[in-house]
Amino acid sequence: MENGNIIEVKGLTKKFGTFTAVDNISFDVKKGEIFGFLGANGAGKTTAMKILCGLSKPTSCEGYVAGFDINSEQEKIKHHIGYMSQKFSLYSDLKVWENIRLFGGIYGLKRKDIAQRTEVIIKTLGMQDWKDSLVGTIPQGWKQKLAFSIAMIHEPQIVFLDEPTGGVDPETRRKFWEMIYDASEKGITIFVTTHYMDEAEYCDRVSIMVDGRIEAIDSPKALKEKYRVNNMDSVFRILAGGALRQ
Amino acid sequence: MKEFFKFVQKEFLHIFRDKRTILIVLVMPVVQIILFGFAISTDINNVRVDIVGDIRDNKVREIAERIDNNKYLDVVSEYEFVTMINDRFRRGKSDVAVCFEQDFSKKLEKENSASVRIIGDGSDPNSAQVIANYVMGIINDENLELGQGGIDRGGEMEKMMPPVKYQYNPMMKSSYNFVPGVMGLILMLICSMMTAISIVREKETGAMELLLVSPVKPIWIIISKALPYMVLSAVNLVTIFLFSHYVLNVLVRGSLSLIAFVSFIFILTSLALGLLISIMASTQRVALLISGMGMMMPTMIFSGIIFPCESMPVVLQYVSDIIPAKWYIIMIKKIMIEGVGIAYILKELSILSLMAFILLFTSVKLFKTRL
Repeated sequence: MENGNIIEVKGLTKKFGTFTAVDNISFDVKKGEIFGFLGANGAGKTTAMKILCGLSKPTSCEGYVAGFDINSEQEKIKHHIGYMSQKFSLYSDLKVWENIRLFGGIYGLKRKDIAQRTEVIIKTLGMQDWKDSLVGTIPQGWKQKLAFSIAMIHEPQIVFLDEPTGGVDPETRRKFWEMIYDASEKGITIFVTTHYMDEAEYCDRVSIMVDGRIEAIDSPKALKEKYRVNNMDSVFRILAGGALRQ
Repeated sequence: MKEFFKFVQKEFLHIFRDKRTILIVLVMPVVQIILFGFAISTDINNVRVDIVGDIRDNKVREIAERIDNNKYLDVVSEYEFVTMINDRFRRGKSDVAVCFEQDFSKKLEKENSASVRIIGDGSDPNSAQVIANYVMGIINDENLELGQGGIDRGGEMEKMMPPVKYQYNPMMKSSYNFVPGVMGLILMLICSMMTAISIVREKETGAMELLLVSPVKPIWIIISKALPYMVLSAVNLVTIFLFSHYVLNVLVRGSLSLIAFVSFIFILTSLALGLLISIMASTQRVALLISGMGMMMPTMIFSGIIFPCESMPVVLQYVSDIIPAKWYIIMIKKIMIEGVGIAYILKELSILSLMAFILLFTSVKLFKTRL
């Protein structure tokens, strides 16, 4: 924490039987940065992210997330992180404000705080008209913005986004990234996985995982220079092209 | 704790927003009680009896009237020739024929014995047997009144027929058998199937991950899932009791609080089973299939609701022993019909409690390691 790193991981390994999903990876994430965690399907990024979130235990690892030990303080970590995935945004059979209330409640916010933050979220997103609508009835793009706001309802230090923009149109994606920048400016660290290489360009730094290992980690600019190409897509192709796991 | 109540609130919202499901859950017990009570009743009513023989014969007349006076039996036709019986059965005009030999009264007076034969339509063996027994009972009554002079029933000489009386459920109403059965089924259905599906739904949509990255402990997530279904089952129990009391006139002899307690243990067992299913299944469809085929079917067949466990082959009796519903139904029958106290159901209660404990322990353990 002293050196400005909010995540520090050394030698993270996860084995399922004889299969090594994540093979001895080490990296740091700085406070307030947007960190892109890239890799082809099956490269092990979801597994690694689950360990960082405290969803699963590593086979071996040393490190800290939000100042708490990955091995022994998973429960404390959970209080200081937010999580959002593409697969699930919100409960579609609950109303907008009910979803906000639920997740506020889960993170132990007081009734008064929940009411106040509900107001703020609805107002910031301009969703006054949809406050009483079931989430299932509002457009996908709005759902995602709402889900992102809800993931930050307890003012976490880090927000993990697992392919947050899957299945939405480019315009909505652009707006979503504006929200990510806003959050980052407030000092919240964003840890994001994505398959869109144009999004990788928006990140402060990216890591690219291939076959359970981190093959490259640097700013998009530095990576492009290193591999002498003009976009992240080409960088990704060069690195992930040699992957054995598909 | 506050987090926990938010969860419970959410589960209730899920349930009440899904209007169709809640309707099914609340109406199902009522439908089942009515179905079992009136449509699928195994009681025999309005049996159609043919009298074959010389109807002018005094004794034959007397027995025929006696049969007709019985509230379950109706004499529908009288004729002289045995050959007609076949035709009548085939046309579905009668269920049973009682055949008297020629000069029935005379023979009875002179030789102190005369023969009568009961011919039943055996295409439905169960009801044929019950019907034959009914008719036999009436002829036996007649028999007793005749004093030592008996009626020879088709070669089968059984002059002494002990009168049978049933201590509990004297009317032999099948409702006494199936009301506990329906209770077992419904509780099983709601608690295990619904709980399993609601947990698997969270897994399927990915919501479970979101909940697990939150500081809420997994055990509270499970309890909050189970609690609403416990409440629903309690509501269902009450409806079943009200309906069986007021519509079917099934009276509860034992203590209601004991029934509630036993039901609670059974609910715990079912919830644990539901949890186990939710761990095994990754989609709602699989969960439905496992709970339907893997649990409801065996429960229907082996718990003694339809087929009595005692008449199963020994191997299957052992199988039936691992069905929690069997023990529950045995206990409920004892409490409801015999009105016994806890001392008489200790064996069953401890078996069920042990099952509940083992199932809960393993499923909570597995739930933690799988996620």
